[in-house]
Amino acid sequence: MLDKNGIAKRIAREVKDGMYVNLGIGIPTLVANYIPEGVNVVLQSENGILGMGPFPFEGQEDADLINAGKQTVTLLPGSSIFDSAMSFGMIRAQKVNLTILGAMEVSENGDIANWKIPGKMVKGMGGAMDLVASAKNIIVAMQHVNKAGESKLLPKCELPLTGIKCVKKIVTELAVLDILSEGGFRLLERAPGVSVEQIKNATAGKLIIEGEISEMVL
Amino acid sequence: MINRVVKNAEEAVKDIKDNMTLLVGGFGLCGIPENCISALVNKNVKGLTCISNNAGVDDFGLGLLLQTKQIKKMISSYVGENAEFERQMLSGELEVELIPQGTLATRCLAAGYGMPVIYTPAGVGTEVAIGKSVRTFTYNGETKEYLEEKAFEADFAIVKAWKGDTAGNLIFRSTARNFNPMMAMAGKITIAEVEELVEVGQLDPDQIHTPGIYVHRVFQGQNYEKRIEQVTVRKRG
Repeated sequence: MLDKNGIAKRIAREVKDGMYVNLGIGIPTLVANYIPEGVNVVLQSENGILGMGPFPFEGQEDADLINAGKQTVTLLPGSSIFDSAMSFGMIRAQKVNLTILGAMEVSENGDIANWKIPGKMVKGMGGAMDLVASAKNIIVAMQHVNKAGESKLLPKCELPLTGIKCVKKIVTELAVLDILSEGGFRLLERAPGVSVEQIKNATAGKLIIEGEISEMVL
Repeated sequence: MINRVVKNAEEAVKDIKDNMTLLVGGFGLCGIPENCISALVNKNVKGLTCISNNAGVDDFGLGLLLQTKQIKKMISSYVGENAEFERQMLSGELEVELIPQGTLATRCLAAGYGMPVIYTPAGVGTEVAIGKSVRTFTYNGETKEYLEEKAFEADFAIVKAWKGDTAGNLIFRSTARNFNPMMAMAGKITIAEVEELVEVGQLDPDQIHTPGIYVHRVFQGQNYEKRIEQVTVRKRG
């Protein structure tokens, strides 16, 4: 079974040289720590940065320079700054190659719910609806089951949707799965020490298992 | 050259009245018009509709106008970084409309470009689409559904820039740019507060982000706090 950093590490292998990548808040942010040496990527932050760098050293924080999570960050050489309309323009025009974000639920046809739990305080969708509606390549980083032990990989999402038929791949603490265009979660890899049986038990939606499922390489 | 300078925030907001709709620049607490927000608190105008990506924190940004119950409705993409906001929302005192961030930005842009509607795929198939016209377009070989979203119509836009000249030309700094340029374009009347106000000729025309034609009032702001919402640092070495 993987911890949060393990999930981030496995997703980092999906990040290829030359990509422009938008990382959501939470586990997706950790992916930046595991991008291999020699793989050159540009991180986009939807408040208006391409080429986002790491957190600043103490004492070098700049109130005018934050990421979409409102954290102080730095700029790398070659970075650029732009306004919010252009930021979502490049997302809508599919210039951003890969979007990695968290989810509360994903359905077997690729629907995603990650912004609202009715009856609880609702914080809003931020840029998530724009990202999932336009991105060609969306990877979801999440726990396979919720705190109550219920599967988050469902036949149909129960929570209000963020976007429809958009998720391509999911990496959880148990497995890597992709979503087939005709519907269904196809099991691609097992996390170290996790059995296919465990994954079956944790997946409420249609799970497709073809042949031997290998253990993931981190 | 046309002169857009007003004395201070009080003069800039003097004709903002009860029940008006305001576009307010900034992302979180970054690039917010601190002086104008304080002036609106002092002026005590009520029943405002504020269109802004966020709603500030308890004791800063738009949170100050929430504390004094001057805001009737917030139109934002992400809110709830403050307890008073949550209380007013759950009790029904405050009306909240949540919209996708890119839709928010582009509805401002459309207003500044004189286009009454935009079409965006954001929110298709979700509750954001309820009551909206949906159109199907084929573009670059891809057939998708799009929501029709209207350009904002706001009485005032209030933005914050780094530098401005007396003609209202603006330059923003770093990610404090965010929503400010397109909100500046979208106001019927646009007020810009700047950290440094200079004479015309002092700014390089090639570096201007917002041309002064969009800015009706500009003033030199004072005592910027520029609070950081989340200080995140890394260790040296």
